[in-house]
Order: sequence, then structure tokens, then C-alpha cells
Amino acid sequence: MSRYEPGLDAGLAVRGKSARYAPAAYLLAPLGAILLQVYLPRFLPALSYLELPLLVTIYFALMRRRPASGAAAGCVIGLAQDALSPQPLGMNGISKTLAGYFAASLSQRFDVENSILRFILSFFFYIFHQFFFWSLGRGLLGRQTDFPVPQTVIYAFLNAVIAAALFGFLDRFRRED
Amino acid sequence: MDSFLGRYRNLSVLLTLVVGQLVLLAYQVKTAQDVPLIRVWAVAAVTPLARAVEAGRQAAVSFFSDYFVWRQAREENERLKRELGQLKLKNHLLAAELASADRVQALMQFRAQIPSKMLAVRVIGAGAGPDSHTLFVDRGASDGVMRGMAAITPEGIVGKVIAAWPMSSLVQLITAPGAVAGVVSQTHRLRGALRGTGAALVVAEHFDNEAPLAPGEWFYTSGADRVFPRGLPAGQVKMIREGRSGKEILVEPSALKAPLEEMLIVLDGVHMLVPPPEAQPAEGVSLLPPPPPEPGAESEAPARGANGAMLTDADRLAERYRRTAEAQGVQLGTKGRVPDFTREPAPPAAGGRAAAPADSPAAKKTEPPRP
Repeated sequence: MSRYEPGLDAGLAVRGKSARYAPAAYLLAPLGAILLQVYLPRFLPALSYLELPLLVTIYFALMRRRPASGAAAGCVIGLAQDALSPQPLGMNGISKTLAGYFAASLSQRFDVENSILRFILSFFFYIFHQFFFWSLGRGLLGRQTDFPVPQTVIYAFLNAVIAAALFGFLDRFRRED
Repeated sequence: MDSFLGRYRNLSVLLTLVVGQLVLLAYQVKTAQDVPLIRVWAVAAVTPLARAVEAGRQAAVSFFSDYFVWRQAREENERLKRELGQLKLKNHLLAAELASADRVQALMQFRAQIPSKMLAVRVIGAGAGPDSHTLFVDRGASDGVMRGMAAITPEGIVGKVIAAWPMSSLVQLITAPGAVAGVVSQTHRLRGALRGTGAALVVAEHFDNEAPLAPGEWFYTSGADRVFPRGLPAGQVKMIREGRSGKEILVEPSALKAPLEEMLIVLDGVHMLVPPPEAQPAEGVSLLPPPPPEPGAESEAPARGANGAMLTDADRLAERYRRTAEAQGVQLGTKGRVPDFTREPAPPAAGGRAAAPADSPAAKKTEPPRP
């Protein structure tokens, strides 16, 4: 990085800061994501690839920059998602817990305000989440399915695109100290 | 603990959450056999530990069990070794008994072939001193043993009785200094005497210096000493060397080649013939064995009596009369009908006395007793 790039300098300035949100945002954002995740595919099956709870988990993990908080957020959101799905409780919970934890850990090293970086991280953590979800299903539940790599990559790209827009929307609920 | 959790707070939270959800997952999920996954995991987690504990327990039990088995095996091994030693000793004794029985049987056979009346005796001791050349035997005057009687074995002469007590006797070996036996050579019928010198070999004396004797020549008793009946093997010429007064002929007594344990005392001696030497084919000449006798034909081999001795013409004639009488159903020696001796008698039964093999030991050593 060069000090002649003002955007990145600004990113460096904000690196290490933990964003804070209104308490309602912590509740409503995941709840809305889960509800949309439940209802959108019902009316728009083409959007079934969306993984909004994961995107919200990644967002709060990246912005809070605290692995414990990210893991806890992923756990709660994942369990709530499991509760509304036919999956056994814990499948999404464990996957999102890990995704939240590692996203928060990575956020301490990157400028998570950068849209490109957010896109890349969303893309990566979607694949990470899907792979871990598949591994849990195969290892713990005995599901003999193959990991759909091309489909996962495409969905990761689409979710990353949605994540870029969603993260911008959620930035509006950030409270400035 | 607090500092550890504080230092690894994030990781601790992560692990807590993951483990908690795993437990939750395991609690809900059941396997194909309808077993809760948490139970499967618990069993999977506990099984290696239980297996290790069980392996350790089995190893300990096996160790102590093996130890006790080993101790038991050692005691059993000691016991078996003792039993084996006792059995070996018993086997040795039985083998000695068997060998003794074989020797006694050989003596009995020999006694049956020799016309002399003999008494089987067992050696019970040797004379005191290494050069005594005497043996104690277990029969004495109460069994008819007297001084001057000959002691022999199937292999040859042993010596003579020099003392007879009621229950035992003392036999002087032919090798003893001063012991003498009259002998005749087998091939050229040369007469002389064997004299003991205290050595293993005896000296053949009173032979002409030009006598055609050679090593390997057999000497038989001549009966001239009035001790040994004629026709018993005495020994074989071992070597001939130049002595002070001519040739010195050393003879190895044939009966003393092996240690003596049994022998025969000749109570009533009967002289026999000295057997002729076996005809040896000339070197490089092939000689077939004699043909077998034709069926019904008289055997060319000399007929022999029940004791193996060759039959005389009178014996053969008596045998012919006996068979004639038997064929006519007449018992000889009783009053009544007289058999017709002009008729041909029935042929002798196969394997009868006339069918004795020509190469049997008796054929070489015996002749009919003289009247």
C-alpha cells in the first residue's frame, strides 16, 4: 500500500476500530434476514440461493472486529435459521459460528470499509460456510453428497454482490461515537 | 484458569459455542439404527479408552496368569524330568534284562545243539585283582558243578572251574597264566595247546615251527586236555611272530571278545567232530549257491537229528523204520503186530529233521555223539 492513495489511508485510519450499532439493529437485522430467507424463496424461487443470515453474520463480525462477538452472532443466527429449517439444530449454527469467528479475526487485519474487500470476503466466507456445512452433513449426519463446486462459486459470487449492497445498507445503522 | 480464559477468550468462546452446538446436534440426530448421535459419539469417544483399559487389564491378567502357568510348567517340567530319569533307568534295566534274556536264549539254543550236558550259569563277580583272570558264577556243587569242568559259550571256550562251592563256583579263564587247552587247527588238523599268559591273547604251543598256520586260522578243542570236549571253537590266530625259540602264535580266544555275563558249565562232555573249513571260491571265480533240493528227493545236505547233529546211517535206518511203523499204524516197542519193514515208508514231512539248512551254525560245529 502506498501513502499516496487517500482511500486506503482512510481505511488504515479506521482499521482496528469496532463499529457500534443501535441495539435494535442487532435484533432486527438478523431477524429480517432470517425472515427474508424464509419468505423470499417462497415467492421468488430464483432467490433461493441467497444466504442473507450468513451475510448479516459476516457483516456484524467484520464490523465488530471481535471474534467472540462474531462467533456468538453466528451461533445465534445459525440456530435461529436451523429452527426454521428442516436441518437439525446446530448445522447452520456451527457453520455460521465458525464463519463469524474467522470473519471477525480477519477483520482485524483488513480495512473492512472497502467495498472490494467486503466483496472478496463475502465471496470467500460464503464458500467457507457452504463447505463447512457440507462437511458437517457428510461427517456428522452421513450425507453422501458431493460438494457442488461450480454452483457454490456462482452462488458465492451472487451473494457477494448482494453482500456489497447489503453491507452499505446496514452501514446506515452504525452509530458514530 | 481466569488468565487462561482471558488470554484465549475468543477461542474459548468459539470452542464453547461449537461444542455446545455439536452436543445439541448429537442430541437430535439419530443414526440409521435409531440411536442418538450423541450416544454414538459418546460410545465412539469412550470405546478407545475402554479398549485401552481392557487391553491393559487383559495384559495384566495374562501376565499374572502366564506367570503362574510358567511356575506350574516349571514344576511340571521338574517332575517330568524326574520321571524321565526314572523311566530311562527303568528302560536301561529292562534293556539289560532283555539282552540278558537274549543271551540266555542263545545259550539255551546252543545247549540244545550240543550233545554235552551243560548248565547255564550267570557271572556274579570277578576275582579280586586285575590279573586274577577268574570269574565267580552263581551255580556250585549243589547243581552238579565240580572242579575241572569246562566253561564255554556259543562263541567258544571260556576256561575251567577251579573251585566249586555249594552255591557258586570259580572259573579260571583261558587267558589266565597257566591255563591250558588242547586244540587242533581247523584247516590242517595240527594238534597243539593254548596256554594263557595273563594277556588278552593266548599262545599256541607245541606246533611245529614249519606248521602252515596263518592269521585267521581257527583252533578247535581237541579233547586231549580232558577238560574241554572236542570240537568246541577255541580261538582264531591273531598274529604270528618270531619268538625266542621259534614262531610265536598268538590266538585271540573267541569267547572272550566281549564281556561275559552268562556261560555254560559242561557237566557231562561229549566229544564232537571238528567242522571242516568252509570252501572259499578262488579269487576271480564266480560260484553259484547250491541248488535247492528237488521235491520228494532226498536232500543232499546231511540229515540232522532233533538237536541239529548230523545223522549216521544207523540213525537214518532207525528213522526209516519209525516212519514205516507209523505209516502202518504200529507202535514200536509194544507187544502186538509187527510192521512190514519191506514196504516203503511215507516220505518225511517238509521242514523235518532232514530239511535243516546246510549253513546253520550246528552244521559247522557239531557231529553226532560218539557211542
